[in-house]
Amino acid sequence: MLHQYKLNGFNIVLDTCSGAVHSVDEVAYDIIEMYQSHTREEIVNAMLEKYADREDVTREDLNLCIDDVESLKKAGKLFTPDTFEDIAGTFKERSGNVIKALCLHVAHTCNLNCSYCFASQGKYHGDRALMSFETGKRALDFLIENSGTRTNLEVDFFGGEPLMNWDVVKKLIEYGRSVEKEKHKNFRFTVTTNGMLIDDDVIDFCNREVSNVVLSLDGRKEIHDRLRVDYQGKGSYDTIVPKFQKFVEARGDKGYYMRGTFTHANPDFTKDVFHMADLGFTELSMEPVVGKPTDPSSLTPEDIEIVKEQYEILAKDMLRREQEGKPITFYHYMLDLTSGPCIYKRISGCGSGTEYMAVTPWGDLYPCHQFVGEEEYKLGNIWDGVTNNEKREEFRSCNAYAREECKDCWAKLYCSGGCAANAFHASGSIRGIYEPGCELFKKRIECAIMMRVCEDSWK
Amino acid sequence: MERIKTLETRDLCESAKKGGCGECQTSCQSACKTSCGVANQQCENKAE
Repeated sequence: MLHQYKLNGFNIVLDTCSGAVHSVDEVAYDIIEMYQSHTREEIVNAMLEKYADREDVTREDLNLCIDDVESLKKAGKLFTPDTFEDIAGTFKERSGNVIKALCLHVAHTCNLNCSYCFASQGKYHGDRALMSFETGKRALDFLIENSGTRTNLEVDFFGGEPLMNWDVVKKLIEYGRSVEKEKHKNFRFTVTTNGMLIDDDVIDFCNREVSNVVLSLDGRKEIHDRLRVDYQGKGSYDTIVPKFQKFVEARGDKGYYMRGTFTHANPDFTKDVFHMADLGFTELSMEPVVGKPTDPSSLTPEDIEIVKEQYEILAKDMLRREQEGKPITFYHYMLDLTSGPCIYKRISGCGSGTEYMAVTPWGDLYPCHQFVGEEEYKLGNIWDGVTNNEKREEFRSCNAYAREECKDCWAKLYCSGGCAANAFHASGSIRGIYEPGCELFKKRIECAIMMRVCEDSWK
Repeated sequence: MERIKTLETRDLCESAKKGGCGECQTSCQSACKTSCGVANQQCENKAE
């Protein structure tokens, strides 16, 4: 399958099944568009007519270009047939019941009261609770026991606000470090925090032991403080920004993301991304709010159009910053064309419900953090393992080819069929789709690939 | 004249032969937590 588009002055052709990317001029763009359904003579005549005023467009030159298209097709870089569909369903089966990543909900409580929180202020529509060390330790043991031959194990300390259970987080990381060598594992810990409780101890410990910290900041003060407030309604911006700056400065080259959410209040979210850059942060992630269409903070169809334009603005500005030697990273534009994921990953997706699960403070297992609180999706617990095999098989069957709507979509090998939780919340089924999410995703991938094409043109 | 420039990319069809070690990061864990994008992950297959 091909996807052709024009963006920022570039004519781009993606050969989706091989992963090949071509930057072409407008003549080649038109030739490729006609190639499968027209004869060579028809293409040449159509081009000679269309570009009659161009001296460089000659019959000979057009034939050479068609030869190039043919060569690329033979080399498996254009019009590559989709041979993955028949084997797509077998990829996840190869992993058996291996689990390699857990999201540990160490605190179902929060010191902020953000109205848009998908976790309903950390409680996930349930009781407030903190995970005990014993439960967390069992979760890490459960992960090791179920990880088969996988070496890299990921554990995200999540909430609610995980720093409200900081002592347990520290002890769990120390426990993980104490056993990983003998078990031939490598723990990669992540902490996702709203920043309110960051202090020197958190900074020192995380910068030593935690490979990635995700720091929640929505951008401009007026945007951030609109929703990210404490229980007295006071905005958190002034408290957290200096803490985040100190944290990131001390972090050196260890991974972090400033992670914001944009809503109906700021579909012009690039202003917030640039604000984060102005504050000195370079590793940035900004996500569209996930909510019901009836929520006042949800993006409207008009917002979606604005957001798509914003993604283009962001990509162009990032290229400008790169040229000026002051680059910033945007999570969704990190696209490594040469060392990116293999087809297995592209088809299988995030692994929710199979390789990746969330653990509640009391040790229950869910397919991912976004399903916690949905009782029918409870998979089991960390003592008895996965007992809801029907649900696990449902998640196993999710892949880039599992949805009818994705059949003819060029982006399916970039999104793997999309987020199961988004699909569930939008359609009631994990095998459904979340259409606004698809639209934004496709725009982001187009922008990310355009950036690689532009960078290549600088060489 | 050269009208087509092909960028260097990983061949997905080739990757079917040796891929699938499963060591790469669970995409959602790293930052977004609310969408599924796999293309921005790094391959960690040391055997390739």
